[in-house]
Amino acid sequence: MGKRPAYSNLCKAIEAGKFVITGELEPKKILDLSEILHGAEEMKKTGKIVAANVTDGPQGDAYMCSLVPSYLVQEKVGLEAVWQVTVRDRNRVALFGDIIAGAVLGLKNILTLTGDHTALGDHKKGRPVYDIDSTQFCEMLSIMIDEGTDYEGNKIEGGKIEMNYGCVANPNSNPREPEILKVGRKVEQKVDFIQTQTAFDIDEAKDFLKDLEQFNVPVLLGIFPLKSYGIAWYFDNYIPGVSVPKELLKALKKAEKDNKGNKPAKYAALDKINIEFFEPFIKEIKKSTKAAGIHCMAVEYERLFDPLLKDF
Amino acid sequence: MIITQLKDIEEIYGYIEPYNKILIAGCDGCCQPPRSLNEAKLLGQLLELKARTKGKDLKWKAITVLRQCDDRIAATTVRPLVEDYEAILTLACGLGVVMMNKVLPQKLTFPTQNSMFGGAQSNGENNFIELCETCGDCIIGETGGVCPRAGCAKHLSNGPCGGMVDGMCEVRGYTVPCAWVEIWKRLKEFNRLDLFKKYRGPRDYRTSTSPGYLEVYKEYTNVEEEKEEVKG
Repeated sequence: MGKRPAYSNLCKAIEAGKFVITGELEPKKILDLSEILHGAEEMKKTGKIVAANVTDGPQGDAYMCSLVPSYLVQEKVGLEAVWQVTVRDRNRVALFGDIIAGAVLGLKNILTLTGDHTALGDHKKGRPVYDIDSTQFCEMLSIMIDEGTDYEGNKIEGGKIEMNYGCVANPNSNPREPEILKVGRKVEQKVDFIQTQTAFDIDEAKDFLKDLEQFNVPVLLGIFPLKSYGIAWYFDNYIPGVSVPKELLKALKKAEKDNKGNKPAKYAALDKINIEFFEPFIKEIKKSTKAAGIHCMAVEYERLFDPLLKDF
Repeated sequence: MIITQLKDIEEIYGYIEPYNKILIAGCDGCCQPPRSLNEAKLLGQLLELKARTKGKDLKWKAITVLRQCDDRIAATTVRPLVEDYEAILTLACGLGVVMMNKVLPQKLTFPTQNSMFGGAQSNGENNFIELCETCGDCIIGETGGVCPRAGCAKHLSNGPCGGMVDGMCEVRGYTVPCAWVEIWKRLKEFNRLDLFKKYRGPRDYRTSTSPGYLEVYKEYTNVEEEKEEVKG
């Protein structure tokens, strides 16, 4: 991999050899960003989370674009953003325009994604764009950052784009070989880091991380703490390729049933299940793999950060 | 072949409601499922019944045309009949609808079909599948005979994406195989994963910008012939 300087705190922390943790924020169909900013503040308070991903219309739903919340999280909270950008909704012209706007706003990390198809979202009749795919988007970013031009070689005036970008990989992918080969194509396009889709199966996750070692790119393994049985059920049923272990689903259901009407007890029970599952999971990843860290997708589940991450 | 789907009868009737005497033209070209004389007759009978429920006596004639997308064939077949009718309904694909309006400008020709895609018959009668989207930049030579543009819902040049689960695509509820997994299987079978690993740069969309216009056979068009005749 051609060595690009670590412009972002995230990449600097990875370079320093720290076990890095990123969080995730999900701006939805809202005008009020106070919850997002509160979530970011809680993440910052932990002192463990180096940056927060800001999602870009997950599941193909029409949500607030990720640019402004990413900027506000950095500006108002002081937590670095990992600005997620999909190629679903913008062609190469719009992507270029957005990226230089993001650079002006001081964003330092981009996570490139294909994006869930509009057929999965709440505007099913819409036309998805996919002018360039996420691998080509990586090439475009490499040209913009390393060569200072647009995709066609026209010079960008007035400074240098100082950003790092990453791609995603899916540990649940079946068959796995085409997924690994695809990640290889993205690595060729000089990604600085990889964040993965969520993993629940420790053996599968370790095996997947082993497969990614050949690329010599830092990998943050995705985990998804389950705030409620409903979320776990939704995740199990509606997120492509992700299945939540049956025993975890059962335990969450039981915790909610046993503590019906008693919120604090219910929360405590749910948190306990998550900590008992994910704490040893993270420890094992840290101990026995070359993963650079964990991408913790505890969206709107800030209270878990402190107890879960205290030892990392 | 062009795969078409019959429009709702209400929509078709809506087009011809102002008229009392219509010509219904089938097409014997590549339109599939068949949209020929029998289908034109059947549509005439349905519209006649529909008109009757509204107290109207609709007169119609059904014909078929060898290929409505050929200007000379369409003009010579339909022109002798056209004066007797107030409007034309065509069972052809979109090409036929536009061409009939062009070569018979004295009447309005209305569609009865939605043109779905350029497809192939697969797995028995009336099962059609899009295998090529006529993008103007064929890369199938690198993808083991499977087209990732027609076959991938996201038209990816470097797939598969994260929406692939157990080899199936997230679009249409995991019932359609992921084209990129199919490509991987084919290339692996022939020990050509070098082609799978290859990075493919961004597409040049100028090859598929509408309206498409190709002048490959320009010297053979009737326009040229006419010019030569004048010269002669």
